[in-house]
Amino acid sequence: MQTNITSTASYDLLTLSGEVDLHYSPTLRENILGSLKAGKPLLVDLAQVSYIDSSGIASLVEGFQTAKSAKLGYGLLNVSSPAMQVLTLTRLDKIFALYTSTDQFETALQA
Amino acid sequence: MTSPTPSLNITGNAIEVRKLTVDYGARRILSNIDLDIPSGKVSVIMGGSGTGKSTLLRCILGLKLPTSGSIHMLGTDITTATTAQLYQLRKQTGVAFQGGALFSSMSVAENIQLALREHTNLDESTIQIMTRIKLDMVDMLHAEHLMPSELSGGMTKRAALARAIIMDPKLLFFDEPSAGLDPSTSAELDELILLLRDSLKMTIVVVTHELESAFKIADQISIMGKGIILATGTPEEIRASADPEVQGLLHRKPRETVVDTEAHLKALVGETS
Repeated sequence: MQTNITSTASYDLLTLSGEVDLHYSPTLRENILGSLKAGKPLLVDLAQVSYIDSSGIASLVEGFQTAKSAKLGYGLLNVSSPAMQVLTLTRLDKIFALYTSTDQFETALQA
Repeated sequence: MTSPTPSLNITGNAIEVRKLTVDYGARRILSNIDLDIPSGKVSVIMGGSGTGKSTLLRCILGLKLPTSGSIHMLGTDITTATTAQLYQLRKQTGVAFQGGALFSSMSVAENIQLALREHTNLDESTIQIMTRIKLDMVDMLHAEHLMPSELSGGMTKRAALARAIIMDPKLLFFDEPSAGLDPSTSAELDELILLLRDSLKMTIVVVTHELESAFKIADQISIMGKGIILATGTPEEIRASADPEVQGLLHRKPRETVVDTEAHLKALVGETS
């Protein structure tokens, strides 16, 4: 798994690529919670994720819970097909806010 | 922290069994078995009682050393592997035993979390969320705090499955998943097996004698008969097999319809006809 965080004025964008498994999910969790702790909304780009297991999903869920408690925007961007299959299997596809563009997320933040 | 695992883009075979022979004393249980288990597929091993399918499963799981032959699992020969290699393989393997094999002194959730606590340094919150994800997958979220003694047979099987998949294993083994389940629960379990294959890319090996379930879930079926593999192929190929033993298994009749009552009675009282 590779991660890249870019900051805009209104949110952080965390881009993931490769395989997110038991080995890498602690890093993912650290990145997500670290970003939210700084008080900025977070958009997680999953377009280049070729595999994600339930430990990775658990990190995304913890991010969702943390963002909700802190009343911060939180969403998933361009979820790849392999990642979407796991979200569907875990019935989380209806819980996360899913976006297909950063513009959509920015609009949601302003609403 | 767990070690990085090999890429999941496995192609070819996850397991390769070659010339596997198992003797118990003078009795030959398995004889020169060759079997390939393709990656990312559901492979079903079928056969009647006493054909050696449970022994084959025990060998593949490393619970029984064969008399001769090799078993390569994810590229490692488990018949000659070091303890460290076996440990790495076991972290990538989930097993749902027929009877559940849950620890009676632990709650359902504690049973399921056991491997995560043993093999990873994941944060407690991650462990709790992963546990609930797996319980939800097997429709057991409501039973998180129950003890194994409070579970029905179907619930025990589902809890055992949740425990088997908690580490998102590359290889998942099922021993008689449908045994003792009502048709509805059995069908749900079949659906779940296919979902696990498709979404988590698991290689799944199912040992069963349930024909309907086998043909519903299998990408590959191997039919065993008295220590050998009679046939391996797609469900369609197995249906079309010309082997009379294979056809006998596929079209077996209930015992009472094939028993000669008079001969059976004589056999029970020790008379020879």
